[in-house]
Amino acid sequence: MMSHQPRARTSAASVRVPSSESGFRPSRRTLGALAAVPGLLSLAACGGSGGGSSSGDPDSIRVVDYYNTPADDKVIQETLDAVGSEVGVSIAREKVPGEQLIAKVLQMSSSKTLPDLLMLDNPDLQEIASSGALVPLEDFGIDTSGFAKEILEAGTFEGKVYGLAPTVNTIALFYNTTMLKEAGVEPPTTWDELKASAKALTHDDVYGLAFSAIATYEGTWQFLPFMWSNGGDETDIGTPEVAEAAQLWSDLVADGSASQGVVNWGQGDAIDQFKAGKAAMVVNGPWNIVGLQTDAPDLEWDVVIIPVPAAGDASVAPLGGEVWTIPQTGDDAKQKKAAEVLQKFVSPENQMAMGTARNTIPADMEAAKTFAQDHPELATFVEQVSTARSRTGKLGTEWPATAKAIYTAYQQVLVDGTDPQTAFADAADSLG
Amino acid sequence: MTTTTDAAVPAAHAPPRRRRRMDGSAAVRYGFIAPAAIYLALFFGFPIVKNFTMSFQEYTSATFFSGEAPFVGLANYAAVFADPIFAKALANTAIFTVVSIAGQFVIGMGLALFFRKSFPLSGLLRSMLLLPWLLPMIVSAAVWRWILEQDSGILNQSLKAIGLISAPIPWLTSSDTALIAVVMVNIWLGIPFNVVLLYSGLQAIPTELYEAAEIDGATGWSSFRFVTLPLLRPVVSVVLLLGVIYTIKVLDLILGLTGGGPANATQTIATRSYEMSFIEFDFGQGAALGNVLIVIALLFSVVYLRANSRAMKEG
Repeated sequence: MMSHQPRARTSAASVRVPSSESGFRPSRRTLGALAAVPGLLSLAACGGSGGGSSSGDPDSIRVVDYYNTPADDKVIQETLDAVGSEVGVSIAREKVPGEQLIAKVLQMSSSKTLPDLLMLDNPDLQEIASSGALVPLEDFGIDTSGFAKEILEAGTFEGKVYGLAPTVNTIALFYNTTMLKEAGVEPPTTWDELKASAKALTHDDVYGLAFSAIATYEGTWQFLPFMWSNGGDETDIGTPEVAEAAQLWSDLVADGSASQGVVNWGQGDAIDQFKAGKAAMVVNGPWNIVGLQTDAPDLEWDVVIIPVPAAGDASVAPLGGEVWTIPQTGDDAKQKKAAEVLQKFVSPENQMAMGTARNTIPADMEAAKTFAQDHPELATFVEQVSTARSRTGKLGTEWPATAKAIYTAYQQVLVDGTDPQTAFADAADSLG
Repeated sequence: MTTTTDAAVPAAHAPPRRRRRMDGSAAVRYGFIAPAAIYLALFFGFPIVKNFTMSFQEYTSATFFSGEAPFVGLANYAAVFADPIFAKALANTAIFTVVSIAGQFVIGMGLALFFRKSFPLSGLLRSMLLLPWLLPMIVSAAVWRWILEQDSGILNQSLKAIGLISAPIPWLTSSDTALIAVVMVNIWLGIPFNVVLLYSGLQAIPTELYEAAEIDGATGWSSFRFVTLPLLRPVVSVVLLLGVIYTIKVLDLILGLTGGGPANATQTIATRSYEMSFIEFDFGQGAALGNVLIVIALLFSVVYLRANSRAMKEG
């Protein structure tokens, strides 16, 4: 078997797909997704018949994921190959462009060609698990001890764990140390400090702060740390706590400390502003560190946790990262093998290796502590992850609708100047 | 349609000797039609039928695994029409289509008339004009997004440099300007299509007519009004109809530029339908809204066909 080659390279190997390594839902407006539409619609009709698994070879495990960037691709492939040979199976891996993964998964579940091991972005897990396409991991006796509660929750649907994340990520505040020094500003820790320092850092064509307030799940993911740290909750978005977070964003834009462009920026666009020296601070995640170092090697930067409403408040950020699942293929023997591979794949040693290569944080609590000591530059993210929350933990399959209501509301605030309280009250009403 | 009737004519006049083999030749004729017919049925017929049935089903992401899509009657249509963004999307679709078509047509007609005159490099310039058409839509959208960027985009920088504006215009980030910007880009995209068809239509008008008109004293505007326009009418109606059908369903351009935002300012029926299916995973509602779009496009086709047959009768 030519098992060490991806079965089908659907994309040119390393076109940068921003979503492929981040914790947010792939941005579906990305046009690549359109390519999947006709195929999806025509295959839709094939659903509901037959069963059975994907590939014939009993010693080959089919894997689907979206790790396309060279750094991710290499370490994932090596780790899978290593655990595969331990278990005695070969790995046939297929990489899908990030924004096409869900369309691809729906298509595969319709044509009964789900792989033996499937990677999903964690907020998508419940949606797919609810369709019945995944198997609870406890059915195969997979040991989940050592995983932090919130990380397990990100892979849980109706009380059962369906997906495990070897490493996780979140977002924090990057700042340009040179610019802050020149302006005599300390990295902000509270909202008031954030507003003041962003204003002090703004001059000519440099904005104090860049973030993504785009009308996609990506924007909601950036909104969450402000909303959660202020005591807002996704179960009721009509509260003043949620509206105040939108007020903060609105103030920053109204002050001129952040560009009006934020409403059309993805996280990749925001970090590009930072790289180009057009933003002194940016809300972003560790998956962009490699790009930051490559594209702007001379830029001096550091990271702090996202500022909180008042000194002493806890900073709560969303938990990002991909979970690995075992789809319902109907081939019991193969599912068992896939489970063995998965168990070894998420071992603390492999978590450390993948975390180091991908700038993500090991999910095992002990491993994460060692990791922070070995990688002081990521210590902020380790800290932020330890208090991070999963997006689907409370709402489950209701999350996408709420996430959409949130971005719709803050867009009204930033674009149309709607009063935050009104916008979020309307958004809460729209959810019924 | 004309090709099939043409094909039938020689067969009807076939010599009697071959009539005995009629069955065989009929089979051959159907054989020639079959690939196209099968292709159309599979790739055009099936999706339309599927879309139609889907719009009456509760079709979600779970359906893909279980194959179960319960029949829900008109519930999807009710939900689509009750959607708070529906009215806005409908209005945006209308504005987007009408203004785009008007802009494309007027500029396209102007350029076509201009290129009728032969001048140095006119051939080269005319082919350069096709460039927007040759670029993949996603590339155009990405480039325009960059051009229209508020702070460092070249359009605002240029306008500022020549002193037309003092503060940058938030092209894609304000609900006042986003639709204008999207329409602007779409006009740019549609000009080549209009120029090419109108130009070839103009080429077909005999120059003698203009000479005769000139002798009668019709030059300039009146020559355009009384010679060019009437003779160009069939081409104009095709250009407008195809333009409407292409424009009404524009999706990738809007997704690439604004994603329907900001705050739904550029949401059209097409983008909303996409959003329902592929972001909210409600394929049933997405299909229902898609069908609304198909019906609107169909109405235009019917209007066109009727106008055309009336013109034929009169002509």
